[in-house]
Amino acid sequence: MNNSTEVKRHTISVLVENTPGVLSQIARLFSRKGYNIESLASGPTDTPDATRITIEIMGSDAQLQQIINQLQKLFCVYSVRCLNPQESIRRELVMIKVHAEERSDRTEVIQLADIFRAPILDVSPTTLTLAVIGEEEKTKALEELVEPFGILELVRTGAVALERGQGTIQDQRKETTEFNLGKRAHW
Amino acid sequence: MKLTGAQIIIETLLEQKVDTIFGYPGGTILNVYDALYDYSNRIHHILTAHEQGAAHAADGYARSTGKVGVCFATSGPGATNLVTGIATAYMDSSPVVFITCNVSENLVGKDSFQEVDITGISMPITKCNYLVKDVNQLADVIREGFAIARSGRPGPVLIDIVKNVTAEYAEYEYLPMEVHGAHGRLAAMQRRAAHDLNAPQINLDDIQTLLDLIRQSERPLVLVGGGVIRSKGAVPAFRKFVETLGVPTATTVMGGGALPGNHPLITGMIGMHGSRASNLATGECDLLIAIGCRFSDRVATQPSSFAKQATIVHIDIDRSEIDKNVQTDHHIIGDACRVLELLNQSLPAKDLAAWREHVFSRKEPPLLSDGELQPHEILETIQNIDGQAIIATDVGQHQMWSAQYYHFSYPGQLITSGGFGTMGFGMGAAMGAKLGNPDKRVVLCVGDGGFRMNCNELATVQHYNIPIIMVVFNNGTLGMVRQWQTLLYHKRYSQTTLDRGPDFQKLAAAYGIASARVASQAEFEAAFRKAADCGEPYLIECMIETDKTVHPMVSAGSPVTDLLLD
Repeated sequence: MNNSTEVKRHTISVLVENTPGVLSQIARLFSRKGYNIESLASGPTDTPDATRITIEIMGSDAQLQQIINQLQKLFCVYSVRCLNPQESIRRELVMIKVHAEERSDRTEVIQLADIFRAPILDVSPTTLTLAVIGEEEKTKALEELVEPFGILELVRTGAVALERGQGTIQDQRKETTEFNLGKRAHW
Repeated sequence: MKLTGAQIIIETLLEQKVDTIFGYPGGTILNVYDALYDYSNRIHHILTAHEQGAAHAADGYARSTGKVGVCFATSGPGATNLVTGIATAYMDSSPVVFITCNVSENLVGKDSFQEVDITGISMPITKCNYLVKDVNQLADVIREGFAIARSGRPGPVLIDIVKNVTAEYAEYEYLPMEVHGAHGRLAAMQRRAAHDLNAPQINLDDIQTLLDLIRQSERPLVLVGGGVIRSKGAVPAFRKFVETLGVPTATTVMGGGALPGNHPLITGMIGMHGSRASNLATGECDLLIAIGCRFSDRVATQPSSFAKQATIVHIDIDRSEIDKNVQTDHHIIGDACRVLELLNQSLPAKDLAAWREHVFSRKEPPLLSDGELQPHEILETIQNIDGQAIIATDVGQHQMWSAQYYHFSYPGQLITSGGFGTMGFGMGAAMGAKLGNPDKRVVLCVGDGGFRMNCNELATVQHYNIPIIMVVFNNGTLGMVRQWQTLLYHKRYSQTTLDRGPDFQKLAAAYGIASARVASQAEFEAAFRKAADCGEPYLIECMIETDKTVHPMVSAGSPVTDLLLD
């Protein structure tokens, strides 16, 4: 089935019960099954009982299938969806505090920020703090460009992603997938 | 009516028809034990010598009865002493509910006396766990915990309850077990993810595909694992399946009892200590139907070569087992019993006589009998005296000998730690099995190493007069480790020689338990008959030569067809 051993980046969206300990449960599942989390973002959704976690991992298709199966098994998980890069939008927010004391430096940083449509969130006599939203290539590019001025600190949110078009993670709610067709069975 | 949390715990256990609890009290769980005092005529509590013994006993009780086992422990060390027992139950999919109490909510997170984050610790070894901080949720959580433990692929559940909740009052209303699924949290879970609690509905196309594969196959082999033992009612369906086809059947350790051990279709155990017939057939079959097994590294010693020439079909209730260890060609997700019943409706007629003859032409080398006591003689003697006895084992050589030489004829007859390989499991498990099956004889097969680990439970065996027969295979060494050292470590016997006390007979006597020491089959038979007749716990110490080996053997990581010791 999944014989591909090529390692690539996968974005997994997980809709989970909004209760304490769930995030650690999800994170620990990845570590104990031997996956390295590249990025993780978690936050509440439009429904109060659900939290949506976006996780990026490096792995083969077979490994991806395994981790999805393992996620599905957790009782706190409502649904899991692997987001194909072509059919989804992916964004992250990066804040960069750049050292900019000389007038010429400040002008140049502000110009770069303008080009990237990166708002300047904070100004001090010696620093400028930029925020940039986008795909990884864009944020990385700005990071590299301001690097020569001296980056004092940097923070990224981790990627969040949504599917393009009508499809939603709700389509993958367990009751609608192959995992659950036995609603009336006995236990 | 208004009840305290402690009373609610006991009432909800009664809803589940729990009549036996294994446990050990302590500071934080005092309220629960106080409530238990009032229910002593309805719930039997077994006080073990150590929480680990209680955990294994609840596990042995669950495995041998098919009911959910229940175990109590206090916070901190009480809870952490359960950990090995929880992991053992988890690896072998045994339904046990562990109830622990934690420090009061105002003390949580302050490194209070006997405080530990047991829900954090047990997260990877439970199907699900809970920390209850609201007495109004308590009954609901316990109901959900039991449903989860026994549903689907069974497994352990841990419910940690902060102490103040056990003292607080909440409205409690009795709900019969049958309607739990329609109320509260369980109903919500049924709505949002019913498959978590119910067996998945089987895809009929998948069934048809397998039937086609069976029709085309000339050399099919069935591999049966613990899933068929755990699935209620699956064993008759399984026997009908293999008998109708006349297909040779290999079993994993956990599959023992799915088919009687002396059945003409059984090729024996598969894997690291599998029989010649089973292991070699794995390399020759054209269709391998694996039912309720997970191709662990002790079965598929080298996953990449395991039955590589064959079409592998995997039947399992747990979707995450598919393609986890061995790449399969086809799978059916579902409860083994229902899958087999569906398959049985339209099984093709097969003539597999020539293939069977080929498979069964592989004979095991003759077993030695030279007047000294041989491991196989011990098991054959037990078999001859009581072939219906439940055999609880510990882990090591005696475990493999038990799996190889005793003919298990019904599910739950073999109680063993297959997945986790827990030394010290046998003692508690045998107690639990006996308490759950008072009408059956329970024999504990245990090595001298494993017996030393949990022989503190002799106190429990003696106090409750649990009439198990403890057969200690005493070879003065950690035999299985020594066997590896002999074969793979140039006979450098590092830390495996057990040339030390105690004198097991004197130890038994200290607990007031009768015993015998035997060194020949005749002596063993006499001792076992005496033990079987006395109706009390009895210990038989079997003196075995140090270098007895388990054979055949495939070394870890080698193809299952490369029999090292033959």
